[in-house]
Order: sequence, then C-alpha cells, then structure tokens
Amino acid sequence: MSKNEQHWEKTRGLLFVTLAIWFVFSIGIFLFGAEMNEVTGPFGYPLTYWFTCQGSLGLFVILIFWFANRQEKIDEEFGFSEKGDK
Amino acid sequence: MIKGNFVDNLPKIYGLYTGGFIGFIILMAICEQMGMTAKTIGICFVAFTVFIYALIGYLSRTAQASNYYVAGRQVPTVFNGMATAADWMSGASFVAMAGGIYFKGYGYMALLVGWTGGYVLVATLLAPYLRKFGCYTVPDFVGTRYGGNTARLMAVIVLTVASFTYVTAQINATGTIASVALDIPFQYAVYIGLISILLCSMLGGMRGVTWTQVAQYIVLIIAYLLPVFWISNSIGAGFFPHFMLADEVARIGELEQQFGFVKNAAADLKTVPKGLAGITKAHSAVNATPWAFISLALAMMMGTASLPHVMMRFFTTPSVKAARKSVGWSLFFIFLLYSSAPMLATMSKLSLIDPTLPTGIIGKSIAEVQAIDWYQNWNQANLMYVSDFNGNGTLELNEFFMAGKAVVLATPEIAGLPYVISGLVAAGGMAAAMSTADGLILAIANAISHDVYYKMIDPKAETAKRLTVARVLLVVIGFAGATIAAMEIQGILGSVIWAFDFAMSGLFFPLVLGVWWKRANKEGAIAGMALGLISGFAYLIWVRNGGSGFLGITQLTFGIFGSAVSLVAMVVVSLMTSAPNAATQRMVDDARVPSGAQVITQQK
Repeated sequence: MSKNEQHWEKTRGLLFVTLAIWFVFSIGIFLFGAEMNEVTGPFGYPLTYWFTCQGSLGLFVILIFWFANRQEKIDEEFGFSEKGDK
Repeated sequence: MIKGNFVDNLPKIYGLYTGGFIGFIILMAICEQMGMTAKTIGICFVAFTVFIYALIGYLSRTAQASNYYVAGRQVPTVFNGMATAADWMSGASFVAMAGGIYFKGYGYMALLVGWTGGYVLVATLLAPYLRKFGCYTVPDFVGTRYGGNTARLMAVIVLTVASFTYVTAQINATGTIASVALDIPFQYAVYIGLISILLCSMLGGMRGVTWTQVAQYIVLIIAYLLPVFWISNSIGAGFFPHFMLADEVARIGELEQQFGFVKNAAADLKTVPKGLAGITKAHSAVNATPWAFISLALAMMMGTASLPHVMMRFFTTPSVKAARKSVGWSLFFIFLLYSSAPMLATMSKLSLIDPTLPTGIIGKSIAEVQAIDWYQNWNQANLMYVSDFNGNGTLELNEFFMAGKAVVLATPEIAGLPYVISGLVAAGGMAAAMSTADGLILAIANAISHDVYYKMIDPKAETAKRLTVARVLLVVIGFAGATIAAMEIQGILGSVIWAFDFAMSGLFFPLVLGVWWKRANKEGAIAGMALGLISGFAYLIWVRNGGSGFLGITQLTFGIFGSAVSLVAMVVVSLMTSAPNAATQRMVDDARVPSGAQVITQQK
C-alpha cells in the first residue's frame, strides 16, 4: 500500500470515529428525549433540556478541536503537514 | 493602518476597537443620565456602528483578485472564526431565536443542535479539502472537480437559489431595525440598510467583508451577552445564568401546571394582531416526537455544510491546518451566543409569568397591565397584546400575546435596565443582519462574476474588468434583494430555514462525494444537483399547497427528501457512465493531502 493510501486509510478511520460521536450527540440521544428528560442533568437542569441548550453544542466545539489535532498528528506521521505554518 | 504588517497587529487593533466600543457604551449611559432621549440614543448607536463598518470597508479596498475573492488567504484562525460566526449568525439568530425557544420550547431547540452540529460535518467532510483545492468560490470547486461548464453552472444556480432566499430575510431584518432605530418608514429603511451593507463589501470584496465581520461580531456578542448577565443579576437569578437557572426552569414548569394551557376559541384568536403568539407549549419538557426533532436537526446540519457563504470563509485561511482549527473557533464563537439564547428565554418568560415577581403580569388585573409603561410602548409597536377573553378582569396565561422578537428587544426594558441597553441591542441586531447579508450577497456576486463571467463568458478578461463586473453584480443583487424584501412576502425565520433545505438538496452530496468518492463523475454530479434541487422544490410546493407529505417530512425539512433524491441520482448516474479520467483522479488525491501546492492555480 502506498504512503498516500495509508494516510487516507487513517484519515477515513478518524472520520468514522468523529462522525460516530457526532451522531450520538446530535441524533442518537434525542431518540430517547422523553425518557432522558426525567433524569436530572448537570447544574440541575432536566437532562435532555441541558443537552439541547448546552451539552451537545459544547461537545461539538470540543469534538472539532480534538478532530483537528488528531488529523494534524496523522498528517505529520506521513510527512504531509504543511511547511512554515504556525 | 491596513498596509504593512496589518495581520500581525490584529489583536491590538481589535483590542483597541473593543475598548473604544465599550467607551462609547459608557458615554451613551452618561448621556442618558444627563437627559438624552431614548430615540437619540438609538440613532447614535446604529449610526456610529454603521459608520465604523463603512470606514473599515473603505480602508480594505483592493484591486487584486485574490484579495477580493479570498481576502489574500491570510486571515488567522481565531479572527476567521469570529468573522464566520458573524457571517453565520443572522438577524434571525440574534432577534428571533430566543423568541422561538420562548414559545415553542424543545421542538424549536432542534435548530440549536442543528445549527451547531453542522460544523462537525464542515470540519471533517469539506472545509480542509476545499481549502486545499484553492478555489475562489464553491462552484469553482464543482466546476474543477467534475469538469465542464454545465456542472459549474448548475452549482451557481443552486447557490443563487439558496443564498437569495436567505438574503431577502436579512435585508428585511436590517430594514426592520433601521426603521425602528431611525424612526423612518420600512420601505425606505430597507434601502438604508442595503447601502450600509454594500459600503462594507463593495470596495474590498472578501477582504472588506472579513474585517467588518470581525468588528460586527464584537458588537453583536457584547450586545447579546451584556443584557443576559445584567438581567440575570437584576432578577436575582444568579451571577452566571448558564449554570444557575435550574430553579427558574423548574419554577416555570410548576407555573405551567398551575395555569394550564387553555386553548383559545378561534374567534378570540382572530382579534389578536398578526404575528403575535401566546405561550402554548411547555418550556423544558420534551414536546416533540423524536423524528420531528431529529429530522429538523439533521436538515439544518446538512444545510450548514452546503451553504456556500459559510464554506467560502474557510477559503481565506493561510493553510489547510488553519482551515480545520478555524472551524472549531467559528463554532466556539457561535456557541457563546447560542447557549445564551435559552437562558434569555427562560428569564424573560419567568419574569413575565411569575405572579410573585414584581415584573410578573399574569394574575394582575387587565387594567393594571394596560397601565404599565413598557406594556404601552410595546403594544404601540405591535409587539405585545392582552385581551380579557373570559371577562373575569384578570390576565390569564392564555390572554397574553407577544411577538417572538420582543423577547430580545423588550426583556431589558421589562427587567428595568436603562435604555442604553436597548440601544445596544438594536446595534447588535443590525450587526448580525448586516454581516450575514454581506456574506450572502458576496457569495452570489462572486459566483456569477468568477464562475459565469470569467470562467465561461470571457476567460481572457483582465483583473480590473473582472472586479468591475463583480462590483456591479454586488449592487444589482443587493437591490434585487432589497426590492423583494420591501414587499414583505415571507417571515424571517421561515425563509432562513428554506435556504438550508435548498442548499442541502442541491449541493450536499455533490460536494461531499466530490472529495470522498473518486468514482463520482460529471454526469452524476449534474444529475445530483439538478434532480435534488428540482425534487426538493417540488416537494415544498406540494406540501405548501395542502399535500400531505410523507415520512413526516414537512415544509421545513424538505431538504431531506431533496438530498436523498440527489444521492440516489448521483450514485446511479455515476455508475452508469464512465469513471472520471486519470487527471481528475489525481486531482482528488492531491486534495486529500494537506502538503504541496494548491490544486487550482489562480491567476493573480
């Protein structure tokens, strides 16, 4: 397998992991919205309510930064990162 | 100021700007104490901020194509994040979102999840690869990846349909705010709003829009957060509302139980002024079916990843790596406002409906409510209304009506904040609507000038001529948008959601598969864009005219149907026709690694 193919394989793996987490917090948990709302979540808000107004939103922010870092690592590993970049 | 090492000085320049703006707010507060009227303060706020944006627009003027189309590709990640956040958060986010949550609760909050979750798709599926391609516009990517003018033209058509639907709503919002703040008729205010918008973008193109959007973000986020924190403290809900409103949320639930949701008779509702609504849905309880929630969130997420005015912001970063990080920063800056909207809705609702609070009006006598100063003001502005349907002389929950935008506009006054805050909120709303309108008009004008005029009609055109065409188009599209906005055909929020559906119907799969599926070819992409857009549009018309729809797909989520058709058409047609040639395949390979030269080499 060529270097490019290996790089793409890893990139695709990271994509699937990232999208799986994204799927859980944007779609998955809302399948059980009514049941989850009975539970008290962070700061005392009903759990589903908290996810819609803070939880999922904040998680997406963290997820993107995490993804960006992991992808940079993959690029570095194969020597594909850009030169002279801050 | 703009020349030399401008980019290195950015933190200093915008730091000074933020300090100056806070100084201006304090100055206005002092003027208010000294007796300046509410109206003058409103005019000062809007006029001062718009003047600053116009000045930035002028200082960013340029005669270079790469500056005009992609801000010279030197916008640092954090600043591009702020610009994207301003580009993204429209008048609807600023003025209407808290109101929507106030009235519809959980079912509406699918929009919050959708409008943030979409950025995960942008960061993983598209932004870094389109940045590596080195295109100026989104159709530029489609045209290069798939080849041929038909694909390029189809992309321009989808882009124009989606963005134009969106932009009329934004020009409408600038007009509404300008007409209230400057006290002039809406029909004229729309054009004043438009001229302010064009001042930012005409001379500097993307460069001008980038630096004004950063300035607009700073104004809009201060204007949104300052009242939220202030109100929370003044009603005793706690210093940091985001972490401290659990008791208030629970209290609203109790009051809802106590009052009950009484259904009004149709004849009674006819007497309520148009556009006002009462509280009919629970605040924090789950009041929508899982599919209703998920389908709306999904449509908004896929729409986010297909809207060209957002995507093109990530063409302005210095590198592929920076493009990825920049998506994270964009979402962080959006999160600051979106996580505050539900808090504002909670505080606004509780302070109005809790009879034990001094501001509570439910349970008071109708005559008493009608005598309150702020009620009279907002009633006159057609944003609030009470009526004694059951004739018992007391105001019940189902007898109080409000417009969605009143939650943001009126809550500061209800909570007893000084008028300077209301002036600040007007400036923030103006900033939000202007920045989005600028991004959208530029996206349309750039696509037509770069992809249709330069790439198809006159490929030998000189830079000066290309930029003249781009500027003329900017003005023409702006005026067309304003003319339609002045007719006031649709509401702000409805047309925003349609724009997402149009974009995802036509562009989502052609863009994503262009990067992730090498086998996708020109014929497939053309079929995907054309059939996706047409079927989405047809579904919308069918449902609007009384069609029953299927699978619970409504006129707000028709993009799910459109994009499904687009995917099937694209895969089937691609497989039936021949694979793309070796050069195209190599191009896709190049786009997949961050290092090396851009795929498209643009003429300077």
